[in-house]
Amino acid sequence: MKILVAVKRVIDYNVQVRVKEDGTGVVTDNVKMSTNPPDDNAIEEAVKIKESGKAKEVVAVTIGDDKAQETVRKALAVGADKGIHVKVDGIIEPLAVSKILQKIVEKEKPDLVFMGKQAIDDDCNQTGQMLAALLNWPQATFASKIEVKDKSLEVTREVDEGLETIETNIPSIVTCDLRLNEPRYASLPNIMKAKKKPLEQINASDLGVDTKPRIEQIRVEEPPKRKAGIKVASVEELVQKLKNEAKVI
Amino acid sequence: MSALLIAEHNNKEIKPFTLNAITAASQIDQDLHVLVIGYSCEAVAKSISEIPNVKKVIHVDDVIYENYLPENFTPVVIKNSENYSHIICSANTFGKNLMPRIAALLDTSQVSDIIKVISTDTFLRPIYAGNAFATVKSTDTKKCITIRPTSFDPAPTTGGTAEIVKAEKAEVSDLTKFIKREEVKSDRPELGTARVVISGGRGMGSGDNFKLITAIADKLNAAIGASRAAVDAGYITNDHQVGQTGKVVVPDLYIAVGISGAIQHLAGMKESKIIVAINKDGEAPIFSVADYGLEADLFEALPQFLEELNKLNTIQK
Ligand SMILES: Cc1cc2nc3c(=O)[nH]c(=O)nc-3n(C[C@H](O)[C@H](O)[C@H](O)COP(=O)(O)OP(=O)(O)OC[C@H]3O[C@@H](n4cnc5c(N)ncnc54)[C@H](O)[C@@H]3O)c2cc1C
Ligand SMILES: Nc1ncnc2c1ncn2[C@@H]1O[C@H](COP(=O)(O)O)[C@@H](O)[C@H]1O
Repeated sequence: MKILVAVKRVIDYNVQVRVKEDGTGVVTDNVKMSTNPPDDNAIEEAVKIKESGKAKEVVAVTIGDDKAQETVRKALAVGADKGIHVKVDGIIEPLAVSKILQKIVEKEKPDLVFMGKQAIDDDCNQTGQMLAALLNWPQATFASKIEVKDKSLEVTREVDEGLETIETNIPSIVTCDLRLNEPRYASLPNIMKAKKKPLEQINASDLGVDTKPRIEQIRVEEPPKRKAGIKVASVEELVQKLKNEAKVI
Repeated sequence: MSALLIAEHNNKEIKPFTLNAITAASQIDQDLHVLVIGYSCEAVAKSISEIPNVKKVIHVDDVIYENYLPENFTPVVIKNSENYSHIICSANTFGKNLMPRIAALLDTSQVSDIIKVISTDTFLRPIYAGNAFATVKSTDTKKCITIRPTSFDPAPTTGGTAEIVKAEKAEVSDLTKFIKREEVKSDRPELGTARVVISGGRGMGSGDNFKLITAIADKLNAAIGASRAAVDAGYITNDHQVGQTGKVVVPDLYIAVGISGAIQHLAGMKESKIIVAINKDGEAPIFSVADYGLEADLFEALPQFLEELNKLNTIQK
């Protein structure tokens, strides 16, 4: 079995994101970038399945500018066997990403595609479901547990009501929640070894996919700020304020 | 053209967030039609027909739709989508799972999780965990939109008389099998719509200690929330998680107990009307969004809080 994992390079989750003054986007210069957090879970799960003997190969793919390669290198350092970097510059929407991934799937012929449930920059939560639609594959979204069976997966999904279990045929798309596993760290020797692993480069334009955005970003602004509140000295004062000032209890 | 909204329900009752999505959808297009897909769900179709904003109900009923699977729902939506400029549903786990599958097949770039309708093609949506708001304009002819329910009021539920039209089922998919749903039943108000929410974080220390929160929730008729760390630690189930990758809540009163206030948590609650923070670390970032901050040990503060509430003659429910 072969598993393809899609990893995206995003602003690190610890960074306090700032909006650019001209309203064209957020500040990315000199800002720490990392792998989109749930994509680390996707890689970890694929590598674990490989280690259990149920998969033979893990391929990591990223779509983005040259720096996006770092994300693939990191995936290689934690156990992926091969990397693919599809080069595009500028904003690329989930629909275009899913079309590119469709081409990669046709080429690589994986049995499973693992992705994050949501990219923490655009917060779209679309790409996996879109790819599943384009391939006419089943989709197991928001996965917190994956069991690989003979010809299917049993997946526990995190939904608003609690947990849901579904069984999907293989091939299948899975989008991962942070609770799926505990991603490992890359050790220094493995980071060195990863530099020797194959990393294929493809230009998005060579794949014949139209990546032109369909959504125009007109303006990006700061959300309204909350007024600073006060500290209360005691529980008694708190309850009085809630009752008589805020009038919420 | 008209807008088509996909209703979320459990075959017996409409889910509350569908009402918020209806409000947003009718701001986009007043000629709003609602698609009800399910099994033996006549009562749902009927109750939706009584919502004044709804002009027509399309009802597709078959045993294959008993459990919601996007692989089965998508063909129905596609089949019924022809005459609509907008396909809409709420941005909860139902809509997040379903809508992109539809959008990809319609070759349209979905606009996720909108918090404001600016015009029929322009919307406001949060990005970067709500640290920025983007005004975006969709240039696709057919638009797929998901609505952040807590940003819109629920639509009124009575007074309407929309016609109900039956439609045929679409092709069946055998790609996925529904196995089970472990729903956490409770008599408390739903987290997404509760007037008061009290949430516990890693500071609670154990699942057992959540009883301190439960006692106050009982008193205030509040829903119980949690940080991701509290869920990860197994103190409480995942349906309680508030934040960027959990639920968004906008109650009149949000009480954060033993929660540090990471941006991913704030993303789910910082629009609340009044925020209270109880934390023993005076520097915790949660205090920067709190209207009332109490720097205290929660194991002392929560029992006192309950005691003070018990002294009140009346408590709003
Ligand atoms: C991609 C991504 C998505 C995420 N999504 C979410 C999300 O949706 N929701 C979410 O909540 N988090 C989310 N997180 C996690 C988030 O970054 C934080 O790790 C998490 O919110 C921390 O939870 P916490 O505040 O309960 O724990 P901590 O940060 O450990 O804080 C515990 C707090 O309790 C206080 N405390 C301890 N003991 C006591 C006591 N006895 N009395 C009073 N106070 C006490 C401490 O002072 C501290 O401030 C996400 C992270 C990532 C990377
Ligand atoms: N540019 C990209 N390169 C690789 N994977 C991506 C890219 N964009 C999105 N993905 C994958 O799709 C998931 C969901 O992203 P989104 O739909 O944007 O929230 C991410 O967690 C990634 O696994």
